[in-house]
Amino acid sequence: MKQIIFALWAGFMLIALPLRAEVDIQEITTPDGHSAWLVEDHTIPFMSLNLAFKGGASLDAPGKRGATSLMMALLEEGTGDMDARAFASAVDALAASFSYDARDDAVTISARMLSENRGEALKLLRGALVKPRFDQSAIDRVRKQVVSIIQSSQKDPSDIAMTAFDAATFGDHPYATSSDGTVDSVTALTRDDIQDAYKGAIATDRVYISAVGDITAAELTQLIDDLLRDLPATGAPMPQQAQLEMAPGIFVTPFDTPQSVAVFGHSGIKRDDPDFFAAFVANTIFGGGGFNSRLMDEVREKRGLTYGIYSYIGIKDHAEIIAGQFSSANDRIADAIDVVKDEWRRFAEEGVTQEELDEAKTYLTGAYPLRFDGNGPIANILVGMQMDDLPTSYIATRNDKVNAVTLEDINRVIKRLYRPDALHFTVVGQPAGL
Amino acid sequence: MRASLRLLSPIACFTALTLALVPPSTQAETTQSPAATQIDDQVSAFKLDNGMEVVVIEDHRAPVVVHMVWYKSGAADETPGTSGVAHYLEHLLFKETENMESGEFSKTVAANGGRDNAFTSQDYTAYFQRVAADRLELMMQMEADRMVNLKLTQEDILAEREVVIEERNQRTENDPGALFGEQARAALYLNHPYGTPIIGWKHEMQTLTLEDALAFYDKYYAPNNAILIVAGDVNPEDVHVLADRYYGVIPAKADLPTRERPQEPPHTAPRRLVFEDPRVAQPYVTRDYLAPERDSGDQRTAAALMLASELLGGGQTSYMAKRLQFETSRAVYTTAYYQGTALDDTNFSVLVVPAPGVSLTEAEADMDSVLTSFLETPIDQAHLDRIKMQMRAQQIFARDNVQGLARRYGRALTSGLTVQDVQDWPNVVQSITEEEIKTALAKVLDMDSSVTGWIRAPQAADGEKTQ
Repeated sequence: MKQIIFALWAGFMLIALPLRAEVDIQEITTPDGHSAWLVEDHTIPFMSLNLAFKGGASLDAPGKRGATSLMMALLEEGTGDMDARAFASAVDALAASFSYDARDDAVTISARMLSENRGEALKLLRGALVKPRFDQSAIDRVRKQVVSIIQSSQKDPSDIAMTAFDAATFGDHPYATSSDGTVDSVTALTRDDIQDAYKGAIATDRVYISAVGDITAAELTQLIDDLLRDLPATGAPMPQQAQLEMAPGIFVTPFDTPQSVAVFGHSGIKRDDPDFFAAFVANTIFGGGGFNSRLMDEVREKRGLTYGIYSYIGIKDHAEIIAGQFSSANDRIADAIDVVKDEWRRFAEEGVTQEELDEAKTYLTGAYPLRFDGNGPIANILVGMQMDDLPTSYIATRNDKVNAVTLEDINRVIKRLYRPDALHFTVVGQPAGL
Repeated sequence: MRASLRLLSPIACFTALTLALVPPSTQAETTQSPAATQIDDQVSAFKLDNGMEVVVIEDHRAPVVVHMVWYKSGAADETPGTSGVAHYLEHLLFKETENMESGEFSKTVAANGGRDNAFTSQDYTAYFQRVAADRLELMMQMEADRMVNLKLTQEDILAEREVVIEERNQRTENDPGALFGEQARAALYLNHPYGTPIIGWKHEMQTLTLEDALAFYDKYYAPNNAILIVAGDVNPEDVHVLADRYYGVIPAKADLPTRERPQEPPHTAPRRLVFEDPRVAQPYVTRDYLAPERDSGDQRTAAALMLASELLGGGQTSYMAKRLQFETSRAVYTTAYYQGTALDDTNFSVLVVPAPGVSLTEAEADMDSVLTSFLETPIDQAHLDRIKMQMRAQQIFARDNVQGLARRYGRALTSGLTVQDVQDWPNVVQSITEEEIKTALAKVLDMDSSVTGWIRAPQAADGEKTQ
């Protein structure tokens, strides 16, 4: 079967014309003054609705670490005359799904509901969001689950590594500790603490909303006002900027397990920095996922030292880092770390080639439209854009920003951003030779 | 709160492990329409002359396509002594071919703005790319190439063997729950290769050779052992023309082995295991029962078992949660699991994570008592109706995710089922009665064909502590 024709290939390799992501976003402002983004698509009779409240788990009061996270886990545990199981039964009967999450910088609710019973589903969601019961029995039951998760996490090498890296990086900022809290902090939380976390995190001065699917602008306008009415106007003040403290060098947390986990990084770049896109393209070339990055090539493909390695530009609301992660057997992790350090230095000193830049651009611009993959993912992207303060036109112009990065730009930004002498490694395991 | 993924993982790994290669993140001219069978408004199926099956799932909302080739061979088809070779070969398919350099496949996909990956299970090995719809022809050209033109070098295979060993380290050796699941699965299957982990036993992975990989490749990689699934902004006529052009010219393999794995003998004794590891923070107990899988044209028992698993362990409103987490506080978390899509006998599993102060002995007794009372108590009709309502709704939600639909067809068609079986499944589920659920479950809950597993940290010398 060698006769397969390959004439097409050379032509195909580099002339890829990226798709345009065609997402028609309507911006809505409701009579009560809330704004939302809508993508109307009546193909399938359901809707995805996303709500995000800025602030998130970083709003935990001092000594109350884990309160916001536990509070979000309790929203589905009953409202009005429904206890936890009655509420779950009612949601199941409509085949609706509501998921609640507490992240560092936001608490989020992702909902999916059929058109045929949207009104009933929204009544339930409103109950959970506006009048959660926070029964003591539910607090005690869910708290046990959270404690179990925290205890397991303390014996998981990846989780230990992430926790140690955050502790070394974020000083006295809430980012330095797990948003789940500790066994002690969670055990001590009272119902009042949960109520306080709720009042701090969920308020209309910080809400971002998107809806995608089978709903009109008029219906969504009404829906949002109905849903958010009775929520407080203001919540807790936003956290301060974090002061990064990670020290250069390799820091080992001993843990008896066959494969060591390494998390590495140093300070990064802000989302609104004029050099952000150049940095983003640079990281794609260096370690941005996929098979074709330098880190994957050098550490995995050439040397077989790991199953996977990646780096990312970490943008939080109150801190910026550039970081990455991989795992290698205890007797090989030192070699892998040497390769990462060498590559970091080589990248900083030599920058990238025009060919690497061109390939990264074709990849990034081609892959961008593939993200708009169904109602839920689109709703998610739209909320994220609003929280990043991006205009609706961003989707149409984003690829132009990638394509505008020149070789000169990217190599200047690499020199500015990548600092081999500042690189911090947290290693968890029984690494040999470190 | 729905339970943590960490607690779910032992059972998910046990029953549905698939291994992906990476952790983490041209319009043809239309000719006379060939004999495609339009299954419904979205799905068509046909066969190429060389025996390759094709399924096309249409979704014209965005100009994107998912292109997948599934081989009807997986870890359970390996020669004894070469465990892990199906998955190792999956990695090696990204290396050199007669026409491509090592790594060129993924690089070409990326240069066209796409993403590619692959995964291996007991019953299948599958490769896929997600890319703009007008790049479909290039994907087919490359995928057809590596179906038959693989050209491995000693250098490629040694580095990649280290990669899969690191993958095992990451997924299994570093995770006591995964090691425990591996032991339980090995104990459940007395004779069938499902008892061997997909990624392979470490000592056998370390000795896998170029010859082992090529033997698997030469035996199983052929169009008449493969299923092409194309989902997205395409129409079946165009797909048929392209598939003929790239896959249709590859000759069928005449000596393709029939898929007959060693089957289970009668199970006549309950098995028990206690797995101890200092890295275990949260002890729990599992029970795995050997259970029948979905069979073509005969899916009622499997549908009944799927509903039974939902009634017993599907979330906050389930029977186990009600009895052990709400009416009493004996457990922190409970669940039940059944994956019916498999070629051979599968398993039905339950799991109880005891609350602090409840021992594993007591947790196991709770598990037994709940299973017994479930069979003795009438099924809550409203609960069953809610589950069936959710199953109906899933058909609507599924249309929003054609990649998910493509995987559903791929899994089914590599597990002895047909397109018709996949289409029939929702109606079969809706028609299952309370009596069928009870009958199917009662038959499965036979201690003689079960493994009870405890996982915990090493105990002090004076016997079992409470947690």
